[in-house]
Amino acid sequence: MVGLFTSSLDSVLSLQKALSDAMAADWFGSGLSSRGAFPPINVFEADGDYVITAELPGVPRSAIEVDIQRNRVRISGAKQANYDDAVSLHRRERRSGAFDRTFSIPFEIDAEQAKAEYRDGILTLSLPRAERDKPRPISIS
Amino acid sequence: MSDTQGLTSRQKKELKAEEEKTIAGKFYVPDTDVFESDAAITMVMEMPGVSKEDIDISLEQRRLSVQGRISFDRYRQIKPAYTEYNIGHFSRHFMLSSDIDTDRIQAGMADGVLSLTLPKAAPAELRKIRID
Repeated sequence: MVGLFTSSLDSVLSLQKALSDAMAADWFGSGLSSRGAFPPINVFEADGDYVITAELPGVPRSAIEVDIQRNRVRISGAKQANYDDAVSLHRRERRSGAFDRTFSIPFEIDAEQAKAEYRDGILTLSLPRAERDKPRPISIS
Repeated sequence: MSDTQGLTSRQKKELKAEEEKTIAGKFYVPDTDVFESDAAITMVMEMPGVSKEDIDISLEQRRLSVQGRISFDRYRQIKPAYTEYNIGHFSRHFMLSSDIDTDRIQAGMADGVLSLTLPKAAPAELRKIRID
């Protein structure tokens, strides 16, 4: 009777498990894109294309720049968290400053079809694979 | 106060809840700035992915609770390939140091950041009692 008590919430938990598993894998390898760089990104796969999300809370849309070149994606901008001098600060956990991050993904991106969306502090990049970069099946004679 | 601490991405802190939650999923502690002026206490909390409809703020005596829920819908059709941050709801509680004028609390949400202005209540007026 497996699956008798499954609910739609199971997909939430399985996503979290998948994220935790992927956290331990080294997808970028030990290359130039090191962990700890800002902004943190997640890479998702959907039908052979990639969807990249980045957490940029408090950065206005106008302060984010995204560049795509071949298989490289660059996210840059500045984040501000400044307050009036007349206040006394009790807690300061938010970070601010300029950021600039470049990473390569394993295929060439169709820059014309790529889309960027920013909502509620999350930047979502939809990166389709360039048509000429797609593998072509060759028939064996 | 223009000093910058520099941007680094940090692992999100998972909330150690005082009570158990009844909804599935992990909860994380939102990065928060708290500052106080003569008139008000202001809190700025980072909750990326939370839209303003999905925030609950409650103030009971001096205990302030803020909870933000994120929607997992957008992640259902896609498969994680490489991840650096975890996705979950946000929750945090504060004990406030002064009484708050609850009628004038203001909350605003922009770009995944909640700003909460809690005006301090006027201190109870000193009443002199005259002895006849």
